[in-house]
Amino acid sequence: MIELVDVTKRYRTRSGLRTVLNKVNLNIYPGEKIGILGVNGAGKSTMIRLLSGVEQPTDGLVLRKMNVSWPLAFSGGFQGSLTGYDNLRFICRVYGVAREPVEEFVLAFSELGSYMAEPVKTYSSGMRAKLAFALSMAVNFDCFLVDEVIAVGDAKFQQKCHVEIFEKRKDKAMIMVSHDANKIREYCSRASVIFDGRLHNFPNVEEAYSYYTEISG
Amino acid sequence: MISRDSLWPALGIQGRVIGALTMREIITRYGRHNIGFLWLFVEPALFTLGITVLWNIAVHKHMPGISITAFALTGYSSVLLWRNCSGRCVNAIEPNLSLLYHRNVRVIDVFLARLILEVAGATFSFLVLSIVFNFFGLVPTPADLFKLLVGWFLLAWYAISLGILVGALSALTELIERVWHIITYLLFPLSGAAYLVEWLPPGAQHFVGWLPMVHATELIRFGYFGSVFRPHYDIFYLVVSCLVQSLLGVFLLGIAAKRVIPE
Repeated sequence: MIELVDVTKRYRTRSGLRTVLNKVNLNIYPGEKIGILGVNGAGKSTMIRLLSGVEQPTDGLVLRKMNVSWPLAFSGGFQGSLTGYDNLRFICRVYGVAREPVEEFVLAFSELGSYMAEPVKTYSSGMRAKLAFALSMAVNFDCFLVDEVIAVGDAKFQQKCHVEIFEKRKDKAMIMVSHDANKIREYCSRASVIFDGRLHNFPNVEEAYSYYTEISG
Repeated sequence: MISRDSLWPALGIQGRVIGALTMREIITRYGRHNIGFLWLFVEPALFTLGITVLWNIAVHKHMPGISITAFALTGYSSVLLWRNCSGRCVNAIEPNLSLLYHRNVRVIDVFLARLILEVAGATFSFLVLSIVFNFFGLVPTPADLFKLLVGWFLLAWYAISLGILVGALSALTELIERVWHIITYLLFPLSGAAYLVEWLPPGAQHFVGWLPMVHATELIRFGYFGSVFRPHYDIFYLVVSCLVQSLLGVFLLGIAAKRVIPE
């Protein structure tokens, strides 16, 4: 599981210290699909980065007892001047997994074909998202951190993602951040809302949704 | 979940990460086109040969017992080692920001990958060029290989610690990016690459004695040429300098790493 205990994150800005998250608590158990709602700038990305361990909290504890993915978002995770294959190899080395099966899976799943031999900086954001998503599936994490924007592609690709996450990886956890309550409703079984630096946890998506519409409406 | 908390798995992860970063640096540094990885030693080889030719044409100073090609080779190889190590660490974080998205990739790993590549490149070029030049009779065989290796090892340590220090400073202040080139150019003639300490007047000898790389270069040359000249080096001073610089570099890198926000 993953445990956030009284996690606070402050950033130094030009106008002094800014508290983005204030004493946030959250438990994520194996297999749970959790949504985190928040308006733009509420601290959703910060939340994902703290969960992944890319950034350290200013205060509080992040306990990670699962193998957590890197934040799957448009940017980050890939080096732009390297090709898709190079980035794939890099990620295989960093996470200690064999290359061949990953290559096979990513080629079949991502639909990127010969683009895999092109520098990632030439990719569209949709192509990047497909690569990130396919790679994270191949590395076999216990918990996926997904930025809403990653849920891209046409209906067919979305359907494939759905099968991978909800059928083949029923036992794996997923945390998805979004400002779009519909996406959360589609993918998650419970949700939390970030508002004013605090995280409000709800037992199901509907309660989270009605609170969210109240504060953002 | 594999964490970095326990030592052995942590070392394994760090080894994997540094290996992956080194491969990534090789691709962007040497590319896939042209002669690719051969640039690793062709670049310094061309430079050393150029210096040798220029020296033979323009300076033409005869030094008893010392081959000018070997003098240029040892001098320039030494400069390459510390210059490339420090140069490659300036602003090393920025191009790797997106890779820091992977939890186990840390700022120190980015620096170590680049430093390993630079030390390997400079060592490889020095080795290959010594062998090739020796084969063609341009340079003699080293007189004392052990001294040469100790000198090279200490210079590599110095170069690595200098790289970490300069890299950390460049992450803390933009000033370093602007002035490090100038400092490098100023250090080049002072570093011991272009002279032997015994050629200098006593006052100047005392002054350059403060520069750790002078001690290493003298030791490397003493190992190469043997007792045809009187070397000026103090291994204790060199080791203490490396140690102090390493600690300072790692300390400052710790501060710099906390401020890094992966994009």
